[in-house]
Amino acid sequence: MFDKKKIDELKKERERWEQTTLPNWIRQSSERKNEFRSSSNMPIKRLYTPEDVKDLDYLQDLGFPGEYPFLRGVHATMYRGRFWTMRQFSGFGTAEQTNKRFKYLLKEGETGLSIAFDYPTIMGYDSDHPMGKGEVGICGVAISSLKDMQVLLNGIPLDKVTTSMTINGPAAMLLAMYVAVGDKQGISREKLGGTTQNDNLKEYFAQKLCIYPPKSSVKLTTDIIEYCARNLQRWNPISISGYHIREAGANAVQELAFTIYDGITYVESTLQRGLKVDEFAHRLSFFFASHNDFFEELAKFRAARRLWAKLMKERFHAKNPRSMWMRMHVQTSGCTLTAQQPLNNITRTTIQALAAVLGGTQSLHTNSFDEALALPGEEAVRVALRTQQIIAHESGATNTIDPLAGSYYVEALTNEMEEKATEYIQKLDDMGGAMVAIEKGFFQKEIADSSYKYQKEIDERKRTIVGVNNYQIEKEEYPIKLLRVDPKVEKEQVANLQNVRKTRDNRKAEEMLDKLELSAEKDENLMPAIIEAVKAYATLGEICSVLRKVYGEYKELIVI
Amino acid sequence: MEDARKIRVLIAKPGLDSHDRGAKVVARALRDAGMEVIYTGLRQTPEQIAETALQEDVDVIGLSILSGAHKTLFPRIMELLKKQGLTDVMVFAGGIIPEEDVSEMKKLGIKEIFGPGTTTEEIIRYVVDNLPKRD
Repeated sequence: MFDKKKIDELKKERERWEQTTLPNWIRQSSERKNEFRSSSNMPIKRLYTPEDVKDLDYLQDLGFPGEYPFLRGVHATMYRGRFWTMRQFSGFGTAEQTNKRFKYLLKEGETGLSIAFDYPTIMGYDSDHPMGKGEVGICGVAISSLKDMQVLLNGIPLDKVTTSMTINGPAAMLLAMYVAVGDKQGISREKLGGTTQNDNLKEYFAQKLCIYPPKSSVKLTTDIIEYCARNLQRWNPISISGYHIREAGANAVQELAFTIYDGITYVESTLQRGLKVDEFAHRLSFFFASHNDFFEELAKFRAARRLWAKLMKERFHAKNPRSMWMRMHVQTSGCTLTAQQPLNNITRTTIQALAAVLGGTQSLHTNSFDEALALPGEEAVRVALRTQQIIAHESGATNTIDPLAGSYYVEALTNEMEEKATEYIQKLDDMGGAMVAIEKGFFQKEIADSSYKYQKEIDERKRTIVGVNNYQIEKEEYPIKLLRVDPKVEKEQVANLQNVRKTRDNRKAEEMLDKLELSAEKDENLMPAIIEAVKAYATLGEICSVLRKVYGEYKELIVI
Repeated sequence: MEDARKIRVLIAKPGLDSHDRGAKVVARALRDAGMEVIYTGLRQTPEQIAETALQEDVDVIGLSILSGAHKTLFPRIMELLKKQGLTDVMVFAGGIIPEEDVSEMKKLGIKEIFGPGTTTEEIIRYVVDNLPKRD
């Protein structure tokens, strides 16, 4: 991008500056630290100049928005056309309570729904399973059968809103219920829009909500990708997730690399089903965290887009540009929220959200300031949504596309993130792929080490967390109105579930469960059999039990 | 001279949630501080926790929970420990446990609750200072 002669001249001038002007200043007041590093431990220079991006070829490395390599954005107009989807993850208590919260959020201007399920549901247990005692409806909504899903989505037109479901192990079952509700609303299947997280690989080393062994889980993930490509064309079958990898303690480079590697693995597993890459790749979506290190984060989003585009083109020979798009959802980082002086979290979340917007996200969730303490209250949820609206409407950050492009620092950092991630990808290829890495505990160890290092830095005050290890106050007095889930919810939910079991046609439900078992044994795509089973009101727990019987249960590999 | 017995700690995660970042960091920090640490992984039932505590002859149990089910699970764990005769084991807890629940949890016999923002040194110091005496 720069003339060689100019760069040589610049180099000489920089050296002169370093020998004359700079030392005078440093003598008067030394720098705060001997070395500055990003949160991924990459050294940060004092100053970035054209020298650091001298090899950048604008057309090849940046290009134009909506064109390969999509560094500047997947859409040609980005936020000048329309803002990102403001999607707040929510769900608690019974389906009825969450349905009310959804309607409230839609009224407040939210443009998409995002369902949080409770732990029993996530683990494939019905609400009356002994493992779920005390957990029903606490961290999300309890969905045990199609009946609950009907109540949850009551009065919400499924052809008008898109819905994101944070569900992995039982993703096929919850998607089947959603499809069944759509069928009942009379909406044709190709009109159903939304996303299932359905990224089972990261469960084994990050989110750790695993039901079946890895091989069977990837089979289920791939079933959904295949089924959607053939039947639910507007559905994003998977949200390949770095968020949980980061929250489990990985740094930004690891988050980027491991997420993209999981993506590679799913592309390979789907190609093995006989689909062509351009038949499904345009529907793969991604999910990242936005942490504290502002520039590193926005560079990460930009690098992710370019790296994925290159992989799709060069490794998988995609032809359709849409197959090369990395569309992403971003959530601000939950693990950066502090219980101390909780209002400070609004500021943290704002900076993180701005990084996501400047990084070109398609969808965003901003955390509520009280979430280090409990489920967010209504006021906190509103402030979180308003944060996005302020960035969108007031900050001016949305008036031009990819405004930080061309910054010497941002471009150098973007290159470096991509290079470091590519090294990991090579390493994982050499190791024999993601499954081998999981079995060896490679990802687990990498994440545990980063997480420990980060905590040590905080404990040793090498990393300042405002209000926690510096600027503390004697007595925390901010009154937070905690949202508590009434213990009656569990009783009510269990009664509803038992009523479903009593009133359904039990013979039909059993027949469908037997059919599913047979289908699993024959290694068919299970989506059709699961849809039939949920329509017969077979419960989530019953369906998951059938598959537990066929596939076995995962036993955690513990890596400290 | 007899070798000093290492402090034996069980780090246990009851509940269905899978937020093990804190539990693992604490386990590693206690181990680095010279203790014998047993970490049994996610989703341990109260029965499993009490059983492991007995089998491993631990001095200290650290419970980590972020799912909000502490009010159901902690009483059960403490009851089972009592049943096993493990009344001299020191139990502490961490995770997301709202301030207003702390006194109720302490009444059950849980010595201390460490909230978010606690340093690993504070926990190490607490364990060393409050270690139950063995006969």
